[in-house]
Order: sequence, then C-alpha cells, then structure tokens
Amino acid sequence: MSDTQPLASVEEPTDLSRRRLLGAATGVMGAVGAGAAAWPFLATLRPSDKAKVIGAPVEVFIGSLAPGQMTRVQWRGQTIGIMRRTEQMLAQLPEMTDRLRDPASDTTSQQPSYAQNEHRSIRPDILVLNVHCTHLGCIPRMIPEVGAQPFDENWKGGFFCPCHRSMFDLAGRVYSGVPAVLNLLVPPYSFPDDEHVLIGVDPQGAA
Amino acid sequence: MNNLITSVGNWVDERVPVSEFWKKHISEYYAPKNFNLWYFFGSLSMLVLVNQLLTGIFLTMHYKPGAETAFASVEYIMRDVEWGWLIRYMHSTGASLFFVVVYLHMFRALMYGSYQKPREIVWILGVTIYLVLMAESFMGYVLPWGQMSYWGAQVIISLFGAVPYVGEALVEWIRGDYFVADATLNRFFALHVVALPLVLVGLVVLHLAALHEVGSNNPEGVDIKKKKDAEGRPLDGIPFHPYYTIKDIFGAGFFLFIAAFIVFFAPEFGGKFLKPDNFVQANPLVTPDHIPPVWYFTPFYAILQAVPDKLMGVILMGVSVLILYIVPWLDRSPVRSIRYRSWPSKVALAIFAVAFIRLGMLGLSQDSSTLELRLWTFVYFAFFILMPIWTRLEPTKAVPERVSSA
Repeated sequence: MSDTQPLASVEEPTDLSRRRLLGAATGVMGAVGAGAAAWPFLATLRPSDKAKVIGAPVEVFIGSLAPGQMTRVQWRGQTIGIMRRTEQMLAQLPEMTDRLRDPASDTTSQQPSYAQNEHRSIRPDILVLNVHCTHLGCIPRMIPEVGAQPFDENWKGGFFCPCHRSMFDLAGRVYSGVPAVLNLLVPPYSFPDDEHVLIGVDPQGAA
Repeated sequence: MNNLITSVGNWVDERVPVSEFWKKHISEYYAPKNFNLWYFFGSLSMLVLVNQLLTGIFLTMHYKPGAETAFASVEYIMRDVEWGWLIRYMHSTGASLFFVVVYLHMFRALMYGSYQKPREIVWILGVTIYLVLMAESFMGYVLPWGQMSYWGAQVIISLFGAVPYVGEALVEWIRGDYFVADATLNRFFALHVVALPLVLVGLVVLHLAALHEVGSNNPEGVDIKKKKDAEGRPLDGIPFHPYYTIKDIFGAGFFLFIAAFIVFFAPEFGGKFLKPDNFVQANPLVTPDHIPPVWYFTPFYAILQAVPDKLMGVILMGVSVLILYIVPWLDRSPVRSIRYRSWPSKVALAIFAVAFIRLGMLGLSQDSSTLELRLWTFVYFAFFILMPIWTRLEPTKAVPERVSSA
C-alpha cells in the first residue's frame, strides 16, 4: 500500500491521530457488541430450565435393601448406587490402604465433608455413590466376591470398570496404577428417616 | 449451432470467468507426469465427500433427531423406506472408507515429503480437514442413538472434563444437560448436518486453491516448475484434463468396485464399521462391557489408555494428532522424496506405520498389555521428536533436475 500513488479520488487525511482514535474506539465497541451478540448463542447450549427442573432431589426407600445388596437409581441422569454393606465388608476397608491412591479421601471434591471418613458415608453400612467411573464416565461392575479375578489376583471385592480397567474398593476408593485417579463421587444426600435416602439434599446443619 | 454455443459462452465469460477458472484449475493445471498409485487418494477423498453429502441429505429427509425418535427412525430407514438401507449403508461405509483414503493420502505426503516448502499451508489445511473430519464422524456416530453412540459420546465428552478448573462446567455446556441427553443429540445433529459440512467443504476448496498455487509434488520430489518450455509450461507437467481426469476416473471405478462390495455384502464389516452394540437402543443405566471407538480412532484411544493419569492422557492424545501440524518444520531434509533419502528415513517411516497400525489394534482390544501400549506410544512420538535429527544427519542422494530422461 505504502508505495502506491495516492488515489486521485480520495482526499488524504489531515489528522491521523484523530482517525486512529476513531478507528480504535470503533474496534473496541465492535468487539464488545460482537461479544454481547455471541452470548445468547453460547448460552442456548447450557442446560435448559426444563433440564434443571428434572435435576430435582430423589427419595429412595432402603428398608428392603439386604446386607451386601446394591440398588441403583437415577439422579440428574447419573446412576446412583445405594448399597448396604456387611460387617465383613466394613472390616475389610482399613486393610485396603496400601493399594489405594487416596485412602483417606483427601480429595475434597469427591465427597461432601460429612462423608470424608474411612467408610465414605454418613451411616457406616449405607454407601451412597455416583457409580460412574471417574475416568471417563462408564459404569463399573460391582463385584462383591472376595477372590482372584481375571483382572486382579487379590480381589477383595469392589467395583471394576470394564472400559479401561479401573478398580475401586467397596467404599468407592480408587486403586493406584489404574487410569482413574479420583475416588468415586459421593453425591450430596441425607436421611429424612431410617428407611429413606434423599439424594441431592445435604443433611440439615451440614455445609 | 456452433456459433450460437460460442456466442452464449462468450456472453457468460464476459460476466463470469468460467473458462478462465476451467483453464487455471483443470485444462491448464500442469501436474507432474509421474504420479503413481498413491496419487489416487486425493481425488478419491473428494469422491467420498460427495457421497457423504449426497447420501447424508437423503438420510436427513427421514431421520428424526431426538432421544425418543432417533433410534426408531434409523430402523425405519433400514426397514421401511424404499432403498433406505442402501443409502444408509453407503453413508456408514463411506465414513470408514473416508478415513481409509485419507490415511493413505496422508501417508503419501509423509513418503514423498509433500508437506515440505512451499507446500506447508497445503499440509496445514489438510491436517485441519482431518481434525474436522474426526469431529464430523464422531458426531455422526452418535446420531443413531444406539448403545455405542451413547456411551461413545459419554466417553469422548468427558475427555473435556480433564481441563483444569473449568472442566466440569465445560462438559455440562457441551452436553447441555447433566448427562448425555436429548439436548446433546440435537446439537450434534445440527453440527453434523449443517455446521461441520460447511466448514469441511470450505477447507477442501482452500486445500485445492493452495495446492494449485504452488503445484503438485510427485514421487521424485522434483520441482517441475524449474524447467519450463517457451510458453512457460513445465516440461515434466501434463494438463490435469484430460490426462489425470481419465486416470482418476479409472481409480474411482476400481474404488467403487470395492466400496460396492462392502456396501452390499459386508456393510457392518464384521463389527468394525458398525458395532453390534449399536443395534441396541441407548440406555443410560447400562454400560456395554467394552466401549472401543470405531477403528479409525483406535490408535489415539490406545495412546489415551497408555497413560495412567486422565489429564496427561488427554493431553498426550491431543498432542499425538496436533503434532502433525509441525511436521513441515520437523523434517530438516534437503530432499523431499524418500527415494533420495537413506535408510534412517525409510526405517523410521516403516516403524511409524507399524506403530500406528499396532496402536490401532491395541485400542480396539480390551485386554491390551499396558507395557505394549506404552512401547508403541513411545515409538509413535519418537518418530516425530527424532525426525529433525535423522533428517539432518542422514546422507541424501542428489535430486535430478528433471523427472526422468527416459
């Protein structure tokens, strides 16, 4: 551009700094306007109000849950497992420490503070877990039997993910050396009475 | 009569330069005379793209996006729409064959150094086409809303959850719900059918425009523009039409013969092109025992599996694709074609090809050994990382001035 002759039809600007200021101001305003115009488009992609309403809490009856049994419900499209663990299962938990990546549940994002304990639950026997694998969201199989498995010779019972072979113990704690690095997520939940679990609502008084 | 045609032609040409365009890109585009079999795959990619667009438009006339309707509408196309099964199998087989020809096309570029100066932007546009193609095929795979569609989407979208701090919010934004749901399917439909095809076609136009600006490479890696005749035409060039249009039509015939065989006799290709689990409707409560991606993604999926950390795995998988962008600058060789390089280049390319195929096989299986996964992942990256070293050190033969005196 700089080498070419000025066009006869165009008058040369006399005050270049004024032109630059106007150009910059127009550019900035244009960018703000483009950003504001882009926002509605990007926001349409977020969960709709309908989806948010469907995300309401779920109450589950656990009176008929036998020791060692797990039931599954859906909350916000996630599969939530509710399991009544046996005495032996609970006694096994402290012995797992060596094989776990985060035995003391130090990663606070993976459970509410009221479930940050050895058994990762409010009541020791009742385990409430989001059973989607923390690696890529598959649903691990619950294999409570103790004994050699094709994927682990020293299996003490727990969850095994068929997608990428991540393993978790019966408190949803992740083994070390597997693709997943986080313990299974404990959702917020509470007990309105002895025979019901309310998923999606913290206990009264808990943060 | 002839006069009329000529005058109508002139009338149009004075308004839109049709014949100028035809000359520049077809009848007077001089391509090297020594193209071999590897040079079929560019035009074949175009052919498959046209097939995908055409069959896709007709599928859209019957397909109903939506978690409640998608699966049933695909079965409706397969069973009740006249010839619907053919259109659908042409589309699904076309997707896999797209990657077959694109991988061969890319391998050709690696063999003959087609990415080297001055064709870096041709290569960059090509890699971008490949990336868009991956997104396009992934979203297309979700649309039938079978079990593999659903859980594949679940796995791929949660990869974005590995992004620090904003990961979870990002995943929720991509899904449009708290799980892979109707909202996800509908937006994938919009992207698969409208947005990405537009981008893809635009990129293909740019890829060809960039190629025709600098001219095609050839198996010898000789720069044919150095030797020109009195009229400025490369001595070793022949016009694209009729010479290569005829050759490409022959290639297309051969290719369509194979494609038709697959479409008619093995459209699922033994579970490789369409997985058995995808004939079961999506169920958010049941994960299939094994969720391998379609074969053309498995090499990268194997790299993901080789890393025992989610964020690092995702980063490494991303880098394994994006590293292709810098190949023109990793290759320091003074010659293009592998024909004028020494054994290190030949061995490296062969090992890389084996690593890519082996990773693909490992990613497809559920019981791959972690050690082997890591070994081939290491080989895959070593190819790129060590490329500047061997390409600089190895002796090269002198590239002749002309393609061939014979």
